Amino acid sequence: MESNNNSLRQQIADMRQSLFDEEMLDRHYRTVEELSDKDHPNFAEEVMTMYFRDSTKLIAIFENALENAPFNFIVLDKYLHQLKGSSASIGAKKVWEKINEMRDCLRERDIEGTRTVLQQLKKEHDNLRGRIEPYFRMLRQVGPSEIAQRPK
Amino acid sequence: MVKMEDIGARILAGDHQVQYGQNQRTKIKALVVDDNMINQALHRTLLRNLGIENHVVGNGREAVDVHCSGRRFDLILMDLDMPVMNGIEATKKLRAMGIQSTIAGVSSRSVDENIQEFWEAGLDDYQQKPLNFPKLVSILQKVNHSV
Repeated sequence: MESNNNSLRQQIADMRQSLFDEEMLDRHYRTVEELSDKDHPNFAEEVMTMYFRDSTKLIAIFENALENAPFNFIVLDKYLHQLKGSSASIGAKKVWEKINEMRDCLRERDIEGTRTVLQQLKKEHDNLRGRIEPYFRMLRQVGPSEIAQRPK
Repeated sequence: MVKMEDIGARILAGDHQVQYGQNQRTKIKALVVDDNMINQALHRTLLRNLGIENHVVGNGREAVDVHCSGRRFDLILMDLDMPVMNGIEATKKLRAMGIQSTIAGVSSRSVDENIQEFWEAGLDDYQQKPLNFPKLVSILQKVNHSV
C-alpha cells in the first residue's frame, strides 16, 4: 500500500513537472499552489476549475463575435484582455502567448490572422485542460499530505 | 509591536504563516477592487493567508459606494480596466472624497505601458499582475495602519 502510494506520488510529481518543462504553466501557477493550505487544500483545483469554466465561455463568445462583420475591435480586444488577465494569473503560459498574438492581429485589423491564431489558442487551452484535469484527479487520490510535500 | 518590515522579511523567506494581524490591536483591512473572478479569488486568498481582513467589489463604482456607506480600509488593491468605472476614475473619486487609504494599482499593464494617468489619479504604489506574496509584501510595507 505504502509503495503504491509512493509510486502515485512520483507520478503526480512527474505530471506536475512536465507542465512546467513543456511551458504549459509558468511560475505564476506556483503562487496559486502556495495559496492552498490545510483549511483550503483544494484551492488550486478550485481556481483552475473556475478558470476553465470562464475561459471556455469567453473563447466561445469571442469566436462568435468573429463570425460576421462588422467587427467591433474595441469589444473584441476587451474579451481578449479579460482572457489574458485570467490566463496570466493562473500561469497558463502558452494560452497567454496565443492571446497576445491575437491582440497583435486585431491591432493590425487582420481578421483572418486572428481566426487562425484563435484555433491555435483553442488547441493550447484544450491541451492544458487535458493535462491538468487528470493531474488533479490523481492529487485527490493521495490526499492533502501531498500539498505539504510538494516541491517548491 | 512587530514591525511590518520584519514580517515582510519572513514572508519573503518563505514563511507564509506569518500573519499581519498578529500583535496588532486591530487587523489590517483591505478592499479588493477587480472585475475578474479569478483575480478576486487569488487576491482575497493572498490577503487572507497573511491574516488581512478583506472585502471584494467588482468595479470602481462599487468601491466608491462602499466608502460612501462609511466603510474604511487600510489598503485598496485597485484594478485598472473595469466596467462601469475604471481604476483611474475610482481612485480620483476616492481621493476627492478625502480617502487617505493606501491605494495600490494592480493591473496587467507593465510599467512601460502608459500608467502615468493611473499614478496621477492618486496611487501610492503600482504592481503588475499577477500578484504574489513578494509583491503584496512590498505593497503592505507602504500601508499606514491608522484606519
